[in-house]
Amino acid sequence: MAEAALTVRSLTGVEMTLPIAGPGMRSYAFLIDWQIRLLGALGWLLIAVLLRLLPNVAGRPLAHQLLMGGVVLALLTYFLYQPAAEILTRGRTPGLRTAGARIVTLEGTTPGFGALLIRNVFRLIDSLPLCYVVGLVSCMLTERHVRLGDLVAGTVMVRTTADASGSLERLAVQAQRGALPLEAVELVHDLLTRWSSLEPQQRARLARTVLSKLDPSAGAADAALGEPALHARLERLLEREQRS
Amino acid sequence: MRDWSDCLSANSDPEAAIWVRTHASQWQALAAEAAAAAQRARPTSEEALQTLRAYRVLARHLATVRSLQPGGVLAAALERTCGGLHTALNRPPRLTRARWGQLFRDDIPAAAATVRSLALWLAALLVGSALAGWWLINTYPELVSLIASPQMIDGVEHGHLWTYQILNLAPPALLSGRIVFNNVLVTVGAFCFGILFGLGAFYMIAINGLMLGGLLAFTHQHGLGLGLLKFTLAHGPVELSVMCLAAAAGTALGEAVIRPAAGTRAQAVRRRAAEVGPLLIACAMLLLGSGLIEGFISPHPGISIPARLAIGLGYWMLMMLWLSGRLFPRTGRTAARREAD
Repeated sequence: MAEAALTVRSLTGVEMTLPIAGPGMRSYAFLIDWQIRLLGALGWLLIAVLLRLLPNVAGRPLAHQLLMGGVVLALLTYFLYQPAAEILTRGRTPGLRTAGARIVTLEGTTPGFGALLIRNVFRLIDSLPLCYVVGLVSCMLTERHVRLGDLVAGTVMVRTTADASGSLERLAVQAQRGALPLEAVELVHDLLTRWSSLEPQQRARLARTVLSKLDPSAGAADAALGEPALHARLERLLEREQRS
Repeated sequence: MRDWSDCLSANSDPEAAIWVRTHASQWQALAAEAAAAAQRARPTSEEALQTLRAYRVLARHLATVRSLQPGGVLAAALERTCGGLHTALNRPPRLTRARWGQLFRDDIPAAAATVRSLALWLAALLVGSALAGWWLINTYPELVSLIASPQMIDGVEHGHLWTYQILNLAPPALLSGRIVFNNVLVTVGAFCFGILFGLGAFYMIAINGLMLGGLLAFTHQHGLGLGLLKFTLAHGPVELSVMCLAAAAGTALGEAVIRPAAGTRAQAVRRRAAEVGPLLIACAMLLLGSGLIEGFISPHPGISIPARLAIGLGYWMLMMLWLSGRLFPRTGRTAARREAD
């Protein structure tokens, strides 16, 4: 199945695709934010309970008011955290950052106050009947993995470039100093990463194919190598490339 | 799926490799700029221009790499970085005092104007269902158990209104908080459920009208009708108007689903939501005010009916002046900016 992506046109006319976050990533981000707001709410309650126990407060009407105040603050924290965090961080709440996602408009731009507000207001329907079932089903069924709030607000959650700038940096470093083509280095790296998950014969065959292309002069010698030796040879190749 | 065959072929384009190696030195700086741009909350003009330059260079390099090594890892990395910069660069202005001013002076009255007729229809529905509720409970008093809790019924039957008892249970500030929360929930519900072809908003208005009329009839039967009216006089007009307004905004969304003027239904709903969205802010603020009145003034037995009437009508007039755009007259500067927009 093709990965869902949002295609946007840059200011220079070049088209870009932003990978869309699926229901799993959305749920992960939500759970982190939910834990934060739950902890915040519980924190207020704890403070109120502790203040109630103070010697000059306990047993007085003030103790009851303190508890009620704690409950109100806890409820405010719990219910307003999500819209407030989204508006203040412009679609990059701590949960979204941790999950490696962000909210953008359908044009790939940062959403405004209004869109984020409407997106959050519709949580009322998305959270029905419980545990965001409507929202989750909507995410699974829609092409862009959006819940009802996103549909109305015109927003979408995309996977961010949390590691992309680093990735570009790493590729830049490799491209500058390596002797092998950049994709070849990536290929060797990929093969070594997946080494243990591949069948022994399959990985040996792949390793020989890769080595014969990268270093045709050693083709005959490589053909005679066993599987562990092939692994070591690929590792040396990568090491040499990274040292060069 | 990435295709590795090109980079493994013996005759891979040497010019591409040279181009990549030549330009790779810039990418480290561009990647660093992309990361920094996403973090800047208030960039200076120089920083913004620097980001724009980086964006242009990245977009240009992306186009070149796509033609040299289509579908390669480098193109993907450049695309991700460029996408991040695209989002960081294209962001709406911060909510400054001027923007808030524009929202209060222009956007909210404009949004209210678009749903005026719908709000009037929904107000008529509220009145109609309140009358129906009155008739229903007057004719079949035993049906009151459908709209009131056993404690409420018991209290009224013993000559006590529940509204004055709540003052003894919680301090006014907390009471106000609870009332505002409850009212906001009902209002947001009326707005959101309106997307169900407007039926959700109709239902919420009708059910609230039915309950209001029914409770008035029930309290009237036990000689407490005036007491309930006295309680609701100060906060009721704005609270009910706001409910109608939010339901009208929701119905407007439902209307966009039923008959989108142009484009797809999703586009029509998005357009309508952006149009009526400012009303939600107005509703929340008005409900905050009526919640405070309901918490501090309404349950107070010492405040006379004329005073309550004055507060209720005064607050309602204030709301109408604001929503009609007469409370904060549009300044020439704002109008000019809107023209420019």
